[in-house]
Amino acid sequence: MSSSAAIEVSNLGKVYDSVEAVKNLSLTVQHGEIFGLLGPNGAGKSTTLRILITTLNPTTGTATILGHDVVKEADTVRRLIGYVAQERAIDRFLTGREHLLLFAELYHIPKQEALSRITSLLKLVNLEDDADRVAKGYSGGMKRKLDIACGLLPHPKILFLDEPTLGLDVQSRLNIWEHIRQLQQQGITIVITTNYLDEADQLCDRIAIIDRGEVRAMGSPKDLKASLGGDGVWLTLSDATPEVLDQLTTALQALPFVRAIRPRDNGLDIRVDGPEKALPSIMETTNTIAGCRLDGIEYHRPRLDDVFVAHTGRSLKDEPPASTET
Amino acid sequence: MNEQIQEVLALTNRWVKRLSREKFSMLFTLAQPMIFWLIFFGNLFQKAADIQVLQAPNYMSFLAAGVVVMTVLNNGLAGGIDLLFDKENGFLERLMSTPIKRSSVILSRFLFVMAITGMQILVILAVAFLFGVIPETGLLGITVILLIGMLFGVGLTAISMAMAFTVKSHGDFFSVLGFLSLPMIFLSSALVPLAAMPGWMQALAFFNPMTWVIDAVRPLIIAGWSQALPQVGMALVVLIAFDALCLYGGAKAFKRSVG
Repeated sequence: MSSSAAIEVSNLGKVYDSVEAVKNLSLTVQHGEIFGLLGPNGAGKSTTLRILITTLNPTTGTATILGHDVVKEADTVRRLIGYVAQERAIDRFLTGREHLLLFAELYHIPKQEALSRITSLLKLVNLEDDADRVAKGYSGGMKRKLDIACGLLPHPKILFLDEPTLGLDVQSRLNIWEHIRQLQQQGITIVITTNYLDEADQLCDRIAIIDRGEVRAMGSPKDLKASLGGDGVWLTLSDATPEVLDQLTTALQALPFVRAIRPRDNGLDIRVDGPEKALPSIMETTNTIAGCRLDGIEYHRPRLDDVFVAHTGRSLKDEPPASTET
Repeated sequence: MNEQIQEVLALTNRWVKRLSREKFSMLFTLAQPMIFWLIFFGNLFQKAADIQVLQAPNYMSFLAAGVVVMTVLNNGLAGGIDLLFDKENGFLERLMSTPIKRSSVILSRFLFVMAITGMQILVILAVAFLFGVIPETGLLGITVILLIGMLFGVGLTAISMAMAFTVKSHGDFFSVLGFLSLPMIFLSSALVPLAAMPGWMQALAFFNPMTWVIDAVRPLIIAGWSQALPQVGMALVVLIAFDALCLYGGAKAFKRSVG
């Protein structure tokens, strides 16, 4: 049993109706971090989450939460975790407060303690004014806030959130991210599933890219992007002959901050360490070569989508969040 | 143990709250058997039915037992519906991620369905009373009717919950439900006595536990203890076997679904 990790998953596998939803999945979540399981729908991230919250048993492999096995010590694990379900998992006939009162009873929180926790949680998620309305009339953002309040009620050490901002408008997403960061500051370890690249990029300390039931890459968004080999500079040249391209490539390769050069349509894809010195030098170099006319220059930092493509061979469509629900 | 009681009561309270907020649906659920079957059907066949065949003072008093047990049937078979929705929208998963006893959810459902069923039986007997049906065995008989009804209801609710945990979509659930419920009624002694049925229906009705339950409830209403007691005894034997079977199947389906 390792004391340094909050969650240890090793060689996890889950077979549903002879389909392998999760294969040989291993990962470690450290104390106090926001860890993201990133992948498209059906990648196996929700299955992994369900195993971690003890509502699904793995077919093979093990997972421990703070050293407790999710199968053999399920009851202990349940006392340590909080779970924020997707917003559909709300009883539309109950009020917000009644949800919290129900869960307080299920966690056997003493009455007085429960009432004071509920008051402060409703305040935390800004739901005080609507606490006594039936949830049927809640907006998507309000339901999510209620979900988070329910997840926090038992004072969990680890909080699991399933697609915390799925289908929310931009303002609500930012609010939810802010809540999640605040929780991290209180020392709670947080695990989220998401299929939004920007969410994984901006919110998570570390992510695991999951595709077809397997972890394809794991690390901080920054490291994962850096592992692609630096920032990209795209040159577009007009009427470049192969000889000109060769000359230019040779000249550029001599520059200290250039890490790799690949040809692309009508130009070059140059990987560099930092843009400040690289851009002026590249332009100067281009000017020194006869017959080389620069048509355009484009600089971009590697995006998480590039990482995703590099590891899975396909793009995770970065769908914009639906903005309708009010 | 105390903890589990708290869990079951809190969850039962949730079912009660839900029902009380669906006033429209509650009214129709409660009123449907009375209006449709007892009042309309009962009065419709009052003259058409042959008292000699029924062996009852009139059709209404004959039908009362059938309506009581039909109500138990419908409530029981519908008992898993709320769990089905909980399963589909993820609320069940959320409940199961809390450190509650796995059985608390199931027990709360039994408690709730039995309480509603008990109240409905009393209302049906009260409406029948207004039409002149006075149970021959008195208050004690009514208590026995409640007991038998609930014993039958436990098995049916278990079937319904097992289905809720097993089906892939709620469309399947309602198809099976619709397929089960009417044949169970027609192939029983709810509407006509066994003796008045064609032979092949009689044979099928004999294996329908509902027949046994109705044949125990009916003499409690229209005959008296001496005729009722042997029937009640038989019904208890059938129900214990029926419940054991249903609970075993239900427990298996539940274990498979929520581990």
